[in-house]
Amino acid sequence: MELVNIFVKSIFVENMIFAYFLGMCSYLAVSKKVKTALGLGMAVIFVLGLTVPINYILENYLLKEGALTWLSPDFKSVDLSFLSFLMFIAVVAAFVQLVEMAVEKFSPSLYASLGIFLPLIAVNCSILGGALFMQQRDYPSLAHATVFGLGSGIGWMMAIVFIAAIREKIRYSHIPAPLRGLGIAFILTGLMGIAFMSFMGIKL
Amino acid sequence: MSTENTTAQVVKKEKEPLFSAKRRKLITDPLNDNNPVTVQVLGICSALAITVQVKPSLFMFGGVLFVVTLGNVIVSLIRNLIPSRVRIIAQLVIVAALVIIVDLILKAYAYDMSKQLSVFVGLIITNCIVMGRLEAFAMGNKWWPSLLDGIGNALGYGLILVLVATAREIFGSGTFLGYQVIPQALYDVGYVNNGLMILPPMALIVVGIIIWIQRARNTKLIEAN
Repeated sequence: MELVNIFVKSIFVENMIFAYFLGMCSYLAVSKKVKTALGLGMAVIFVLGLTVPINYILENYLLKEGALTWLSPDFKSVDLSFLSFLMFIAVVAAFVQLVEMAVEKFSPSLYASLGIFLPLIAVNCSILGGALFMQQRDYPSLAHATVFGLGSGIGWMMAIVFIAAIREKIRYSHIPAPLRGLGIAFILTGLMGIAFMSFMGIKL
Repeated sequence: MSTENTTAQVVKKEKEPLFSAKRRKLITDPLNDNNPVTVQVLGICSALAITVQVKPSLFMFGGVLFVVTLGNVIVSLIRNLIPSRVRIIAQLVIVAALVIIVDLILKAYAYDMSKQLSVFVGLIITNCIVMGRLEAFAMGNKWWPSLLDGIGNALGYGLILVLVATAREIFGSGTFLGYQVIPQALYDVGYVNNGLMILPPMALIVVGIIIWIQRARNTKLIEAN
């Protein structure tokens, strides 16, 4: 039950985009077409769903204070947590490379349309943000961390697909010239964020 | 994104004065015409999340200034040694090391602020401004222009950060840097703080309005539909 709670919470209540603004750069840049948005969203779910548990294992068996006791009890006072940023970003960058190769092999058309933004998932704030939130919230087990990663990824994909759908339609409406493109995308995201706030306080 | 148009800036071979007109432009351009947040669309993630009050945004600006300037200098010094296939990882490691320094300094000297910024200090690593400038500028320029470019872009980022934070703090809680600026007399008449401004979505709308104002004044930035 707790797992379902974390899952739903990470999709709706603590949505990466609407509550924490993580991954806004690629969110704004790749949200012109629904199809590309969906592809990028899938890639983000995949990377988040795998890097968060990997980083969880690293955090708990390598970095945390006293995490190295499984090697030898002498390491009880070793605290490597200042290295966590480096570790997390290395895992993320390596994984993104993997996803890039997989997408290039299995779906060249998607690879072409995602272009530069696939390698940029490595610097997508939501991926590293997922790892850092996992560290900060101190989830009790690997399952919790995995569910959190998957949920955040799904929430991110949902957000980018929604905004892409709206931006496809809004092309035919009269927007004040200075607001066209970026400006209206910001305001739309803000309005969607307000709508998503109605999920706040849901308890399962 | 519009990072391509910045890659065209090539520095001349001949000796230039330390602050030639072109180099001054490296600092002033990102403040308006080529602002990292509102024009290049970089670094929005952190720009929005910590702008409820002015003070954390100033700290964030300090962190980004440190990381982007030093990162730019380091990368431009060793740019000829980095094989292009592994350059992203090499850049990430440099940036991550700098961010660890910022994080440890904050934890040591401003612990409250470090708690308040929470994960967003770590997220300077993936702040697109840092990576964007390293990739688009420092990889192709000498260290002095890179230093200026880093300062300029951090200033442009800080400008938007402080603008958004000022608007949100004044309208949201009636204070500026923690001091009461809206007089008590107004509250007595029936003025109420706009609680909506404190909530996350309003940051997006405030940035949207800033973009609106900027592009209305600077019409060459308007996007074709």
